[in-house]
Amino acid sequence: MLGEGMLKGLAETAKNFAGSFVSKDRLTTVQYPEERAPVIENTRDFPFLVYDGADDASDEAKLAGLRCVACQICEKECPPKCIYIVKSTDKKPDYVGKPQIYPARFDIDISVCMSCQICVEVCPFEAIKMDTEFELSTTDRFGGLLYDREQLARSNQHYHKIHPTEAAEVDARLAEEKAKSEAKAKAAAEAAALKAAAAAAPKPVVPAAIEQKEPTA
Amino acid sequence: MSLLSQLDQIFVLLQHWVAGFFPTWLQPFVGTVLAVVGIVAAFPGIFAVTTVLERKGLGRIQNRLGPNRVGPFGFFQPVADGIKSLTKEDIVPFTADGLVHFLAPVVLVVAVFLGFAVLPIGRNMVLANMDAGLLFFFAIGASTELSVFMAGWSSRNKYSLLGAMRAVAQMISYEVPLLLSATVIVMMTGSLSTVKIVEAQGGFTGFLPHWYVFTPWGFAGFVLFVIAALAETNRSPFDLPEGESELVAGYFTEYSGFKFALFFLGEYLGMFSIAGFAITLFLGGWGAPFSFLGFVPSWGWFFLKLLGAIALFIWLRGTLPRLRQDQLMNFAWKFMLPMTLLNLVVAGAWRFMGEGILRWLICSAVLLAAYVLLGRVLMRHQKLGPRSYRYAE
Repeated sequence: MLGEGMLKGLAETAKNFAGSFVSKDRLTTVQYPEERAPVIENTRDFPFLVYDGADDASDEAKLAGLRCVACQICEKECPPKCIYIVKSTDKKPDYVGKPQIYPARFDIDISVCMSCQICVEVCPFEAIKMDTEFELSTTDRFGGLLYDREQLARSNQHYHKIHPTEAAEVDARLAEEKAKSEAKAKAAAEAAALKAAAAAAPKPVVPAAIEQKEPTA
Repeated sequence: MSLLSQLDQIFVLLQHWVAGFFPTWLQPFVGTVLAVVGIVAAFPGIFAVTTVLERKGLGRIQNRLGPNRVGPFGFFQPVADGIKSLTKEDIVPFTADGLVHFLAPVVLVVAVFLGFAVLPIGRNMVLANMDAGLLFFFAIGASTELSVFMAGWSSRNKYSLLGAMRAVAQMISYEVPLLLSATVIVMMTGSLSTVKIVEAQGGFTGFLPHWYVFTPWGFAGFVLFVIAALAETNRSPFDLPEGESELVAGYFTEYSGFKFALFFLGEYLGMFSIAGFAITLFLGGWGAPFSFLGFVPSWGWFFLKLLGAIALFIWLRGTLPRLRQDQLMNFAWKFMLPMTLLNLVVAGAWRFMGEGILRWLICSAVLLAAYVLLGRVLMRHQKLGPRSYRYAE
């Protein structure tokens, strides 16, 4: 009959109305500033730069520990072009001890960033990752949303905290690479030592200076 | 004068007391101004409370909490909203007709406020006791359409114009059943005066009141009146003129700041006045629902009933989906109009059938049969199922 469905609907909404006062399970809303929904592991919003070091390191220590080598791949790949990098003129050793250039400037305009994660995907150095921090409101919409190196630097511990699984994988990969490069360095050193020994062998009379240098090579 | 009747007449006494300070020739004028100030203060006050109660009620219906940030339990939300709408930038479109664009919300609010002039809020509490009060109300109520169309036309915006077109089509269509469903009351009371209509419902049988809603034709009239009133005030499920999902905000798309707030105010005041008339016509106005509850002040009953009516409107808004334009028109002309016309005949029959159980049975049966039959006819051509679309080639 006409109006039957309407009455059913009215009964349903009345049930909801009364039920919301009685049963707390019905109210699914999380009252945000006081309580918050747990952040799921795959959350991402804006990129940050990973540095190796303590969470509360000084700014210099943070910058010294940055994994970024200013290769500018992310800058070129970034679809909305929100990354700006200036290469350094000098070099500093990276995690395997190889001297690398580092970013003299690394700016991300998060008002332009679209959180696509392409910079993370293309980075060969595991230096840029996605953060989960979302309370970024500011009264200065130009300068306040342009983040420089210091603001972007986050420790590896922070990365472990927000994305534990991914960070563990990254650490394992880096450790493997480091071990590999160390082994390679060792092998190279041994080869060099052998070569030096072979070169030294035909000459029984060795100058004292070379003899002393050999063990360190 | 006893304390209870003094409480009942407190506003009337207050008005006389204040007017007493003025010279005699000025007293009627001062009294009227005081009554106007009372109405202009009271109903927007209820509007403020209603907005927050509506949002909270709708929230509860959707298993949410609703606004709960400003003040205790969010009850200062209207204050925040008011400050916000007052301080917002007032944007007038470059190509808009500035004068008409400005006048539209003003016309709406003025027309809506005029409707309250003939509304009996309590015993001896009516601003203008006109002999043709009902006619005045419907005439003024119809002029809100003008402001809606002014708003839609002057904005020079396709959404505004579409919304206004819809509004005019809808309001004119539902004006007919609204008037016809109220006509039975005039037939029975023999008067167009709202005060006389309330007085005619004042008696009691045992402890039950003689409200018109407790008769077959009165009940049918009440339901039809409420449906038409919902449509007339553009409330959900008849909120096509301002359908957010398809028309942005309909005729007030181009309004911002305080003009928008005025539209909002006008819409709610329109709802209050039409709900007040539903109460006056069918629910005994300011009369007590039971004879032993007569000690409660008459204005108390009026406002309680008004809050009840508002709660019903909010409940309906939280339940029903918006109608489609063709459904809306079909409903108005194929269901509402025949039902109201039949109700007129039934009311006439009731009048001349004399007392007794027979007229109850016959009138109820006729109305029920018509309802079922019309419902069947309306539903007959409905092909419910997956929709098929034909795309342009």
